[in-house]
Amino acid sequence: MQKIYSDAAAALDGLLFDGMTICAGGFGLCGIPERLIDAIQAHGVKDLTVASNNAGIDGEGLGKLLRTRQIRKMISSYVGENKEFERQYLAGELEVEFCPQGTLAERCRAGGAGIPGFYTRTGVGTQVAEGKEHKEFDGEDYILERGIRADLSIVKGWKADESGNLIFRKTARNFNQPMATASHMTVAEVEEIVPVGSLDPDCIHLPGIYVKRLILGAPYDKKIEFRMTRQREAA
Amino acid sequence: MPWDRNHMAARAARELRHGYYVNLGIGIPTLVANNIPEGMTVTLQSENGMLGIGPFPYEGEEDADLVNAGKQTISELASTSYFSSSDSFAMIRGGHIDLTVLGAMEVAENGDIANWMIPGKMIKGMGGAMDLVAGVKKIIVVMEHVSKNGDPKFIPACTLPLTGKNVVDMIITDLAVFQRPDHASLFKLIEMAPGVSADEVAGKTTAKYDS
Repeated sequence: MQKIYSDAAAALDGLLFDGMTICAGGFGLCGIPERLIDAIQAHGVKDLTVASNNAGIDGEGLGKLLRTRQIRKMISSYVGENKEFERQYLAGELEVEFCPQGTLAERCRAGGAGIPGFYTRTGVGTQVAEGKEHKEFDGEDYILERGIRADLSIVKGWKADESGNLIFRKTARNFNQPMATASHMTVAEVEEIVPVGSLDPDCIHLPGIYVKRLILGAPYDKKIEFRMTRQREAA
Repeated sequence: MPWDRNHMAARAARELRHGYYVNLGIGIPTLVANNIPEGMTVTLQSENGMLGIGPFPYEGEEDADLVNAGKQTISELASTSYFSSSDSFAMIRGGHIDLTVLGAMEVAENGDIANWMIPGKMIKGMGGAMDLVAGVKKIIVVMEHVSKNGDPKFIPACTLPLTGKNVVDMIITDLAVFQRPDHASLFKLIEMAPGVSADEVAGKTTAKYDS
């Protein structure tokens, strides 16, 4: 089966509809599927629910879809660094479900693994627990959290082979791996596509079964949110 | 004289032990990394999927694919490993991390912590803080003793939405250190910054504690 598409618009053809739910990988601007986000913006699909740890920054990443008002609801753990997000949220134009970061990761992992709900201690006694089932295990309180199953997952990888086996690079793996499992339609963009047999099977981070469509997104001009450096010691 | 940010971080660093796996929050907690005693092996975890955080990179070696939880560029060590966010929080929630150092807006006398939102004002979100306080073995809060308006931050009950209930083990402020042996006990005042009196601490604290 041919998984490789010519570009992001072609890879998303027929997959987008108003009101759909999308899982998006990335942490801050690290490892975000930027080509696919651009194509979603260009398509104009709206009333989206997007599960993503962050919401980009103004004019970058998912910040682009906020600016065009294509997102109706975000499921996120941290949305600082985004003025337009704050404005829409405080004005009541954007719905936000704050979800603890680990709970969000596990909701996607569980959803993708056929587990509709799980109990966690995270959030017990906080707003996050309100309205959720509580259960005691071994004297400790836990709350029930639901798995997330999306209509579409968009992720960014480093290298893929032609069968969709994929590897990530350094901390750009983050949410891309669990998000890729949380739907039956995962589209991945990568920096390099190599022939089958070029990647060590023992070192695949995301088996090709999860990747339905694939594009080469390079060249990338990766953005850094906070550039920190240190001085070289004098020789 | 009250402690400054570096003193507070250095005090928190005294709680480190050889072989510990540690998660440091953003702000003053990050400075704890500069105070790891010589010869002690401490592995720093970053919740975006990394164990073994190295120092900031040399200029020209910044890598957009290598950032910490504060989205700052960092470097890797020979012992570094990378993993997904779901593996990262399995590690945190599963009690495999020994210690975390976090900032806070309020801590209550029963160990409740609030550090993620001010209703109607600040809407950044909790990030990984709720997972950390729910799963890490020892929770240390580093914060100013009073707010910018001079209001006590170690108080009888939190007024802001909670991050975690009855989870804090130790509080380090610019004035003093409070600790409790277990989650059923009151905090005890165990140290003060040089020149700070017990009366001053008491005057700036509304929480009940053992003096």
